[in-house]
Amino acid sequence: MAHYKNHILVCGGTGCRASQGEEIVENLKQAVADNSLENDIQVVRTGCFGFCEKGPIVKMIPDNTFYVSVTPEDAGEIISEHCVKGRKVERMLFTDPETKEHVSDSKDMGFYKKQIRIALRNCGFINPENIDEYVARDGYGALGKVLTEMTPEEAIKIIKDSGLRGRGGGGFPTGLKWEITNQVENDEKYVVCNADEGDPGAFMDRSILEGDPHSVLEAMAICGYCIGGSNGLIYIRAEYPLAIDRLKIAIEQARELGVLGKDIFGTGFDFDVELRYGAGAFVCGEETSLIHSMEGLRGEPTVKPPFPSVSGYKGKPTNVNNVETFANIPVIINEGAEYFASIGTEKSKGTKVFALAGKINNVGLIEVPMGITLREVIFDIGGGIKDGKKFKSVQTGGPSGGCLTEKHLDIPIDYDNLLACGSMMGSGGMIVMDEDDCMVSVAKFYLDFTVEESCGKCAPCRVGNKRLYEILDKITQGKATEEDLGILRNLGNVIKDTSLCGLGQTSPNPVLSTMDNFKDEYMAHVKDGKCPAGQCKDLMEYVISEETCVGCTLCSRVCPVDAIAGDKKQPHVIDTVACIKCGACMDKCKFNAISIQ
Amino acid sequence: MAEIKLADSKVQELKDVCKKFEYDKGELINVLHAAQVIFGYLPAEVQEIVADELKVNIAHVYGVVTFYSFFTMTPKGEHPVSVCMGTACYVRGAEKVLDEFKRLLDVKVGETTPDGKFSVSSLRCVGACGLAPVVTVGEKVYGRVAPEDVKDILSEYN
Repeated sequence: MAHYKNHILVCGGTGCRASQGEEIVENLKQAVADNSLENDIQVVRTGCFGFCEKGPIVKMIPDNTFYVSVTPEDAGEIISEHCVKGRKVERMLFTDPETKEHVSDSKDMGFYKKQIRIALRNCGFINPENIDEYVARDGYGALGKVLTEMTPEEAIKIIKDSGLRGRGGGGFPTGLKWEITNQVENDEKYVVCNADEGDPGAFMDRSILEGDPHSVLEAMAICGYCIGGSNGLIYIRAEYPLAIDRLKIAIEQARELGVLGKDIFGTGFDFDVELRYGAGAFVCGEETSLIHSMEGLRGEPTVKPPFPSVSGYKGKPTNVNNVETFANIPVIINEGAEYFASIGTEKSKGTKVFALAGKINNVGLIEVPMGITLREVIFDIGGGIKDGKKFKSVQTGGPSGGCLTEKHLDIPIDYDNLLACGSMMGSGGMIVMDEDDCMVSVAKFYLDFTVEESCGKCAPCRVGNKRLYEILDKITQGKATEEDLGILRNLGNVIKDTSLCGLGQTSPNPVLSTMDNFKDEYMAHVKDGKCPAGQCKDLMEYVISEETCVGCTLCSRVCPVDAIAGDKKQPHVIDTVACIKCGACMDKCKFNAISIQ
Repeated sequence: MAEIKLADSKVQELKDVCKKFEYDKGELINVLHAAQVIFGYLPAEVQEIVADELKVNIAHVYGVVTFYSFFTMTPKGEHPVSVCMGTACYVRGAEKVLDEFKRLLDVKVGETTPDGKFSVSSLRCVGACGLAPVVTVGEKVYGRVAPEDVKDILSEYN
């Protein structure tokens, strides 16, 4: 490998690529060539840095300067100023929202300070399309160690002792799962990686596969050795083309290097990985559904037991783990169970990756130790609520989780505490909501999702969720009664108790948790016919205040249906019949003359 | 539904795909993915060929096609518009953006304009939550879209 004095890391995650990340790479390379610096500077396209809010991100190595919101036009200046003249380009540095000072090293940013990166250790640091860079970061060392120094049972013991639990949502102890699969006698066993990330608003698995695909391949091979299987399958969403491409490249390079394939490290152990594509079905995150989908069938779940560990893909013992779970494995083997177990709470060890999104200043992907509080995540790392609004709720666990409020902010986050609050860890989506969000509408939004994604096999989920949705719809139209609220709660509990798989068993959570935590808001819809957050269209009207309106005509120009009339410098009026309640006028008005009634 | 005449060369391409997968029933989803790339959608005629080639019941093929949201039985528009309705985009106003596309194009979600130019669909999270709300038109991604931007986005393709 050539030795470069400087490396310029450019985020090549889906988010930053959507903001012209590719053009930035091209322009940087061009600028490097223009200055004849090809032998000194290498431009590297890496995986996701996590700080998506400020993307696209460009990081300079070795001085760790972190440039944010970079455009392709900035490339020349970065090279000529930073690399040639040795001056940091101040205007592209991150500005601390509190001190208003520039921060140049990511380590000093609030967003990164409290993070510990284990699963994301290589994301945003290495070129995911080059196996050498992974190897240079101890890559495939854990596999070598396990194959040459340990029996499968010894390796399983390390995973068990580490306390690692499944990161896909359930939180089942990983080591135990491996042990069960190991103990089943069969000459053919399968290792499956669940990369069917269906939770809307969660994108950690995609980021790991895009940014560090080898960590997953290495862990799958370790798992294969431990359970006694030589076939690996990755079930990945067809909607993730970039992750699929990078995985294909990684598998190819791993085969060439001999860390996948026959007789790995000369130990006689064979292991290879193939890809299987999902086709857009949330229920396929459930392991029995996933296995059926891989067999070319409708992705419907079946009753457990038998568990996949005993009878899974093609009836063979199958160990299914999620992407993030696998990404932790090489670190546990390399650093030891004690290291991993030293992080986290009593029953939840290590770190968890969360996709922080919604009404928060720093949207992005973060990895934090278990036991951190929601307050630290939302206010210290997330930088608080957007536009100075008031925090209202945080939704964790996606469509299976619940909405937590102010009173939950200081509870240490782990599997058991979140369950006790009526939510769950889930895959790690964390959506923050402010005072403008209507919790009934949010519950309805999730139910809409569940109704669409229910596979239809069992009646409680197929029919029950549809009824839940209809009642919620009635509430948002102001047509519901207090009796409906009782039915909503009862039905929700019945669905939880009687559904066949995890989808139905958790789908009422968004409804039940919002009913518990935002009872007043439900009552306002039902009793007073009002939506306190001003979101439910049927319960509101936009009105222009005659006193405040100066007649600037901005609102009438922005109105998509020409429902606002009025002469220049005269108060305007909204035709409430024609109004589609899109809110564009209120967003545009500079005089706060438009309000919701 | 009127019979559709499939191009012979494309039919052959599909048959080659089935052969490549060794007519394995377990590869049905992979075959359908390939078929959708070839034809752009999966009409009954395509499903029939797949069923014949893999020697499975056509009801089984239809069952799989309709189960997964990625497969479609109606052709998409020349410029497929997808509005992300993941939670992050939803709380940042994606619904209003979707409403505006529906209103301007006068179609419902899942439909294509009569001239075949645009189709509108909602999708679940492209994972670019930092850019919420996100709209994709074909391969192009638009971030932080407001309802008033919709007109301009559409005019790029007119």
